[in-house]
Amino acid sequence: MNLRRLFSIVLKELRQLRRDRLTFAMIVGIPTMQLLLFGYAINLDIRHLPAAVLDQAQTAHAREVTAALAQTDVMDFRYRLRTPQELDDLIRAGKVSAALVIPPDFERRLAEQALPRPPADPRAFVRPPLQIVVDGSDQVVQQAAAQLALLPLQKLLDPTTAAPVKNVEIVNFYNPARLAPVNTVPGLIGVILTMTMVLFTAMAIVRERERGNLEFLIATPVSPFELTLGKVLPFVGIGLVQVTVVLLLGMLIFHVPIRGTLADVYGAALVFIVASLSLGVFISTLAKTQFQSMQLAFFTFLPQILLSGFMFPYAGMPRPAQYLAEIFPMTHFIRLIRGIMLRGAHLRELWPELAALAAFCVITLTIAVLRTRKRLD
Amino acid sequence: MTESNAIVARGLTKKFGGLVAVDHVDLTVARAQVYGFLGPNGSGKSTTIRMLCGLLLPTSGDMRVLDCTIPRDAEALKRRIGYMTQKFSLYDDLSVVENLDFVAAVHELSRSDAKQRIEELLQTYWLTQQHDQLAGTMSGGQKQRLALAAAVLHKPELLLLDEPTSAVDPQSRREFWDSLFALADAGTTILVSTHYMDEAERCHRLAILDRGRLVADGSPRELCAALPGSVLLIECANPRRAQQALEGDVAIVSMAQIGAHLRVLVRSGAQARTAIAARLQQQDIEAHVSEVEANLEDVFVVATQKPQREAALQ
Repeated sequence: MNLRRLFSIVLKELRQLRRDRLTFAMIVGIPTMQLLLFGYAINLDIRHLPAAVLDQAQTAHAREVTAALAQTDVMDFRYRLRTPQELDDLIRAGKVSAALVIPPDFERRLAEQALPRPPADPRAFVRPPLQIVVDGSDQVVQQAAAQLALLPLQKLLDPTTAAPVKNVEIVNFYNPARLAPVNTVPGLIGVILTMTMVLFTAMAIVRERERGNLEFLIATPVSPFELTLGKVLPFVGIGLVQVTVVLLLGMLIFHVPIRGTLADVYGAALVFIVASLSLGVFISTLAKTQFQSMQLAFFTFLPQILLSGFMFPYAGMPRPAQYLAEIFPMTHFIRLIRGIMLRGAHLRELWPELAALAAFCVITLTIAVLRTRKRLD
Repeated sequence: MTESNAIVARGLTKKFGGLVAVDHVDLTVARAQVYGFLGPNGSGKSTTIRMLCGLLLPTSGDMRVLDCTIPRDAEALKRRIGYMTQKFSLYDDLSVVENLDFVAAVHELSRSDAKQRIEELLQTYWLTQQHDQLAGTMSGGQKQRLALAAAVLHKPELLLLDEPTSAVDPQSRREFWDSLFALADAGTTILVSTHYMDEAERCHRLAILDRGRLVADGSPRELCAALPGSVLLIECANPRRAQQALEGDVAIVSMAQIGAHLRVLVRSGAQARTAIAARLQQQDIEAHVSEVEANLEDVFVVATQKPQREAALQ
């Protein structure tokens, strides 16, 4: 390896990048956009669900309950209905996602519920006085329904009883206010790096081949190793810039804490950047055109987002999906970055994740180097 | 031991699947010569050049280029050759000087050597004015001068040029060939492929390729002298009618209208001339038939048409 040659390749890449305005803008633009989008959009505390009321009881008590529910802001009662048929139509048309149903025998059910009964005869037989119908085709609304069932209507419905006794108390470590961005932002570093690093490298290397520059280069003494390393090195710097952008915006806008050391955050990010670049280099050996490399990059990108634990909990996935997730670098990075930023863990405590990322780099780079030949056939 | 020949290839063959792109080509190129590859598109010119640079592995055959056995010593060879691709292969989004800086570093020139050499090249190839211009915004002729400057930056002993003048105007082509002869005079061996006859005529030696096979080689003069049969020039009022009248004559290899004349290649000279004159008279076409000297285009037509004729006769 010749250092002057390596340096000149890096310099050439940086010069080209400076003139490629779109890519240059994407370096800072993508993290900013994603952070704002995901930070504000991913919020599991549902507010202002479009809803309807079907009040079949028409009593003062029923109206009181409706008003109390409306006040929680969870549901926006946009329709007052008369028949169950109307309710079916509205839900099917997607005009409402939830509906409060107050049955005609509302008062009787309330009274029954209040009656003292022997322990052998649990309340299971008594139908609850209120019903909330939800649109089950939307998973998020389904989750919200669980939240609705916990609404503090107890006092309202039965002023004589005290609040129910909780059997289990949940103590929320690290994110007591249950703020979604606190969980999203660290993972978002992984998403942004995966997207940009894999795509940029794969395309940068394939572009050289597509434009015919490679035919000139392979007729010179340059080695494939120097060429690949020289093309990839600038992106390590770019990746670290992106990490900085996300961290700064995360702290300033969403008040995401960094409980571990900054050095550990950058250390983990660096290893993950190298892993993503390795994947990009590997993809570049498979693709013939920039378009193909883009398709392949997205092919690896989706399963990483879905299975890494960023979107859906890892623990909830079936075994085979978990094994698959273990292969992806992002799964390990999500564990690393959440550990460091939210739990204040040290990098050395999380060494198995680091080892997994290192193994990924070694394997993909070895395959990529073995596949690279300094020839056209 | 150094050979006097820059390139010696024997039985060079390249197959792409079922397609034989280069078929048992034997080549000998002496040092400090301008050697031309003439052939239609798809005749195997580029493939042969790529094999000689070590960019493609031959299916079979032996090659020695600058005393290196190819493909075994391809990496050592790459320091000593310059290769100019058919399509512009430097960076469109780098300036002239940035491109040359990069190429200099790739060839491990020290910074001060590089600076001096680039200055020299900008002068030689009239690029001083454009030194800060992005390569992508330059004209065909300027791009090609830049590509040549990049190919000779490390003073290679052998220069391989794959259709270097295909995107260039005639004036630039002349200047380009002047540059090539200047390089050859300084001792550089040059292998250049082309499909322009005027360029082929300027080469010291020439190989004609057709469908992967080497169908003729020698100096342009030798090739013209060795042409079997002869060339007749028919001057008449209506060359198209004359051409129609002569259609189907087995003695004729090819006919082409050139301005007001009809140029006819025939298998044998004297008898053919009288036969053709008689035939035209039969058809009431008044014409003057004379025998002229063969040129390279005639050689090319005979060389590349022969297999077709033979196939048709079988």
